[in-house]
Amino acid sequence: MSAEQETRAVRCLVAKVGLDGHDRGAHVIARAFRDAGFEVVYSGLHRAPEEIVQAAVQEDVDVLGISILSGAHNTLVPKVIEGLKEYDAFEDTLVLVGGIIPDDDETELKELGVAEVFGPGTPMEETIEFIRNNLPERA
Amino acid sequence: MGRSDATALGDGDAELVEDLLAGSHRALARVITRIENRAAGYRGIVAALHEHTGGADVIGVTGAPGAGKSTLVDKLAAAYRDRGDTVGVVAVDPSSPYTGGAVLGDRIRMASNVGDMDVFFRSMSARGQLGGLSMATADAVKALDAFGKDAVIIETVGAGQNEVDVVRTADTVAVLVQPGSGDDVQTLKAGILEIGDVFVVNKADMDGAERTLAELEEMVHRRESPTKGLDGGHHGFEVPDHPDDGDGTDGDDGGGEPEWTPEVLRTVANTGEGVPELIEAFDAHATHLRESGAIESTKRRRYAEEIRTLVRSDVGALASAEIERRGGIDALADSVRRRETDPYSLAAEIVAPIADCVESDAEGVGDVGGAEPVDGDAT
Repeated sequence: MSAEQETRAVRCLVAKVGLDGHDRGAHVIARAFRDAGFEVVYSGLHRAPEEIVQAAVQEDVDVLGISILSGAHNTLVPKVIEGLKEYDAFEDTLVLVGGIIPDDDETELKELGVAEVFGPGTPMEETIEFIRNNLPERA
Repeated sequence: MGRSDATALGDGDAELVEDLLAGSHRALARVITRIENRAAGYRGIVAALHEHTGGADVIGVTGAPGAGKSTLVDKLAAAYRDRGDTVGVVAVDPSSPYTGGAVLGDRIRMASNVGDMDVFFRSMSARGQLGGLSMATADAVKALDAFGKDAVIIETVGAGQNEVDVVRTADTVAVLVQPGSGDDVQTLKAGILEIGDVFVVNKADMDGAERTLAELEEMVHRRESPTKGLDGGHHGFEVPDHPDDGDGTDGDDGGGEPEWTPEVLRTVANTGEGVPELIEAFDAHATHLRESGAIESTKRRRYAEEIRTLVRSDVGALASAEIERRGGIDALADSVRRRETDPYSLAAEIVAPIADCVESDAEGVGDVGGAEPVDGDAT
C-alpha cells in the first residue's frame, strides 16, 4: 500500500574547490538550479577535495557540480573522483565541471568520469536540461 | 512478527539496513534520501531501524535566521568530537513555495569538522510539506541514532509552528537569541519560549547582550509560577506540551518530578566561547530527564504523536482513495452544489466502508479473545 506519494527532488552539490575565490558564477548557478526546482547544497569557497567528497556522500546528491576557475582542475578533480569511488558513490553521481577548461583537459576529465564540462557563456537552460536528461538511475 | 505489508522489508532494503548498521556512510546517506523522498519501502527501513535507536542524545537548535545557529552547531559538533563522541546533524532549510527548489546553505558553516566523517552532516529541505517535515526529520534522526551517533543535533530555521514540531523530536531544545533583539524576545514569548530547555544569547560580544540575557532570565523565572498554576487544567493553548512539564497527567498527580528551570547562557559561536558550558547544560538536562523520569513521559508523548500522525495520514489516504472511486472530489462537490446531497451525508458515505472494516475487525478480535489476530487479512 502506498499511502504517501513519493516526493523525489533532484539534489545537487555546487562545489568550489581549491584556491579560487570567485564564486559569483557558483551563486548564479545555485540560484538557477533552485529555480529549476532542484535542492542545492552550496559548499562555500576554498574547499579541499576531501570536503567535497564528504559533502557529496553525506548529502547523497544526484549531481556534483565542481566550479574551478583557478586552472588546477587536473589536480583537484581526479582527487574528488577518487574519493567518491572510495565511498562507493561515484557510480550514481553525475559529475559536472564548470569553469575555464582547455579542450585537451576537457577530454582528459571526461575520460576520468566527468559527464560534461561547461565553459563560460553556457546558457543556464542547457546545463539544467543536461542534468534532467542524464540523472543517474537510483533505486 | 506483526509486520504488515506496509512495513515489509525488501531484499535490497534489508541489505541497505544491514550496511547502515555496519557503519556504511553511503548506506546511511541513502536511507535518509529514501526517508526524505518517502520512497517505496522507506517505512520498512525505518521500522527495521527502530529497535536500534535510543542511544543518542538528541539536541534541537532553533532561533531566528541569522542568530548563528549553523556556526554554533559547527562548534558544538567539534566540541562533541573533542571528547570522543560521534555526531549527526540534520539541518533544515526552507524550500521555495513556487518551484520546490531550495538552496541549503547550512553546510558552509561546517568549517571545524572538515573531512571528519564521524560528523555526519545532512541538509534537508522543508519541501513545503505541512507536518510532513517533522516526520521526515524524526525518521532521519532515527537513522542517525541507529547508525550509532552519540549526539544528534537538529537545526531548524526561524520560529514558526513547523519548527516547534520539528524540535519536539529532540530531548533537549536550545533556543538561540541575538543580542539587542528586544522585539524578537517579545515574539519568543508567544512562540518558542515554551519549548526551550536552554536559552542561548549568541554573539554575546555584541552590544545589548547583557540586557537580552537579563530579559531572558526574567522570562524564564517569571514563567515558572504562572505555568504551574495553569498546568492543573488543560487550557486552550498547549502549555503542557513543554517537555519539562511532564505530560499533563504525570506532572499533575504525581508532583514528584523535579522541575527543570531553563538555563540562560551566553556564547560567541565564532570563537567557540561558551560552547563547553552549553554542552554541560545539555548534559545536565539529559541527566535531569533520566533521573526525574521525565524522559519516559517525553518519549511516550513523542511516540504517541508519531503513531497518531501516521494513522491519520494513512486513514486520510484511504479516504482519498474512496473519494476517487466515487468520481473525485470535484464531482462530489458539484453534487452538493446542485443540492443532490449534502456534505455530511457524503462524508458519512465515504467513511462508511472504512468504519465497517474497523468494526468487523474489532468484533473478530474480541471473539478470538486476543489469540492471534490475523492482521494481514484485513487489508
